[in-house]
Amino acid sequence: MSSILRIGVQFLVIVALFAAVAAFSDHPIYRQIPQGSGIVMLTFVHGSDRRAECRRLTPEEIAKLPPNMRKVEDCPRRRRPIDVELDVDGRTIFRASLSPTGIAGDGPSRVYERFVLPSGRHDLAVRMRDTPRAEGFDHERSGVLELAPDQLFVIDYRSANGEFVFR
Amino acid sequence: MIGAIRILLRHGFELIERPFDRLFGPALNPVAQLGALGFFFFWIVAVSGIYLFIFFDTGIERAYESVEYITKDHWYHAGVMRSLHRYASDLMVVMLVVHMLREFSYDHYRGVRWFSWLTGLPIIWLLYTSGITGYWLVWDRLAQYVALVTSELLDWLPIFGEPIARNFIATGTLTSRFFTLMVFMHVAVPLFLLFIMWVHILRISRPKVNPPRALALMSLMALIAVSFWKPAVSQGHVDLARAPVEVGLDWFYLPLYPLTDFWGRGAVWALLAAFFLMVGLMPWLPPLRRARPAEVDLVHCNGCTRCAEDCPYEAIRMVRRTDTLPFPTQAQVNPALCVSCGICVGSCPSSSPFRRTEELRTGIDLPDYPLRELRERVVAAAEALQDSPRILVLACEHGGAAGRLSGVVRLPCVAMAPPSLIDFIISRRHAEGVVVAGCAESACYHRLGINWAKQRFAGQRDPYLRARVPRGRLATIWTSALESRRFDQEFAAFRSRIAALGPVKRDTHAPAGAAANPADGSASIKEEIGS
Repeated sequence: MSSILRIGVQFLVIVALFAAVAAFSDHPIYRQIPQGSGIVMLTFVHGSDRRAECRRLTPEEIAKLPPNMRKVEDCPRRRRPIDVELDVDGRTIFRASLSPTGIAGDGPSRVYERFVLPSGRHDLAVRMRDTPRAEGFDHERSGVLELAPDQLFVIDYRSANGEFVFR
Repeated sequence: MIGAIRILLRHGFELIERPFDRLFGPALNPVAQLGALGFFFFWIVAVSGIYLFIFFDTGIERAYESVEYITKDHWYHAGVMRSLHRYASDLMVVMLVVHMLREFSYDHYRGVRWFSWLTGLPIIWLLYTSGITGYWLVWDRLAQYVALVTSELLDWLPIFGEPIARNFIATGTLTSRFFTLMVFMHVAVPLFLLFIMWVHILRISRPKVNPPRALALMSLMALIAVSFWKPAVSQGHVDLARAPVEVGLDWFYLPLYPLTDFWGRGAVWALLAAFFLMVGLMPWLPPLRRARPAEVDLVHCNGCTRCAEDCPYEAIRMVRRTDTLPFPTQAQVNPALCVSCGICVGSCPSSSPFRRTEELRTGIDLPDYPLRELRERVVAAAEALQDSPRILVLACEHGGAAGRLSGVVRLPCVAMAPPSLIDFIISRRHAEGVVVAGCAESACYHRLGINWAKQRFAGQRDPYLRARVPRGRLATIWTSALESRRFDQEFAAFRSRIAALGPVKRDTHAPAGAAANPADGSASIKEEIGS
């Protein structure tokens, strides 16, 4: 093989290899959810009340504390878990008790869940309990959703307003 | 199990490498230049990235438009640079993966090579972080997908108070400040990557960080050609109200992302943790059993530095003399880095089998396979030769001749054989021909052994093969352990040539004026042959 021909073949081999790499840089196309479906996402960050109220310490208890760490009240940091449920078309598809975050359990509870639903009309209902009550829920919202193909529908909760937000 | 996988992979690489050897030649074979090509593609990515940064708008509102401006309005320079940036990054991943598999298949990760193997692992993380943050910056549908899945993966770890992914599910939640952080990471992480790449090659002597110019030029031309053929483009502006459900994934950087949909994020993290734990422990599964490291014999060391020059593992350095001999330096072996390849023995000018000292000693030697034993094995193997012409094979234990049963003296590396050993075999008429049989030319087990042997025989590197040795009686055959058939063919051809030459004649390689060399005790070749 002459040297020019040889170099030409070498170059073509390298081009072919690089072209294969370029082809795989955006193909094949990946489809995350089936055609004709959308995503309903339930996500919020919300901290419930502390598990217990602050308690006034007795003089004896205060005296037992090191002088530089003496305080009048003992306020437990740990928050209570939040219970949340999501119904779609009358069926509960998500139910969870969300533990508080943080090593001391004093951070907010959080949820980030995706649900793939066929596009079209759906009845949604979301409920949340963030107080010590044993039954019932503190916050609820329901509505009708017209889910478009590939739509990302978010169910959020605004702590400031104390209400669920559909968007 | 690991051994079986290694052998299987080795067969696979043989199938690819040998045809590449024939087409490109051993020096230009891209499969033997993976690390160097990785560095080369890094520089292409760096230069093209700096160029693109001139046009790129780091604000979240304008980022996508600026990338479109680069790609469409200035396709002929900035657009090409974008494609070079993308494809060179992808090629870095390819180089990394193939390089890692190849080093594994050739058992180049155990023993003292654990350092390079282990420092290669952060390179994987840093390269992927660089690439993923890069895709983020385009702020197209793929960027949205990458941002979502990456943050969902990170959110799975109990580190962040609020899920980061919430930033990418609604408009107005993401600020330019967060985007600027991504830009910073995309610049800072590659710099750190370069630093770790440097650490990765610290313990290697003469690391190949630049591919041969011809290969580099061809690679650059090919990249430019591919960039014109298939320009890198964006996949539509981010739309946070719609899920990025259909994206053209970069399968080199994002192959695990779809798995989060099928397996869940925890399983992907578990897979990554298991992979890196296993790969990290591999150098010790099982540990490489190695011979005792080389030892310096100061009586025979004049501090010539050749062993330190030739050591492929930076295991020898020259230090101030500790004895009374009148030389400024002496060799010192670092036992932690020495692999007992014996290349230093072959480089030592004292390593002459002609020496007539009571016990053959040299300046630097392997305690488990000293030069004395090598000479004894050569003499014994030569005496056992029965076929005519008699041909002795000095075989690398990793090459295609290692499995031969007779007429073979095995060495850890062919460069352990000092050139004077060839002279010794021919001039003492231990054989009519000598074959030096190493690994495949582009895959020397001890990295530089073939190079040094070739240069010594060609008179380009000290210690030289003496001019009096008839070159027709010496053959070098470079074959991998799986190419024993090719070795047999080349060996048969050499045998025919030696048969035509006939026996070693008294004056064949004793040219007039070939002086005695008292230093190596060879006396006169005429005298030796005549005796």
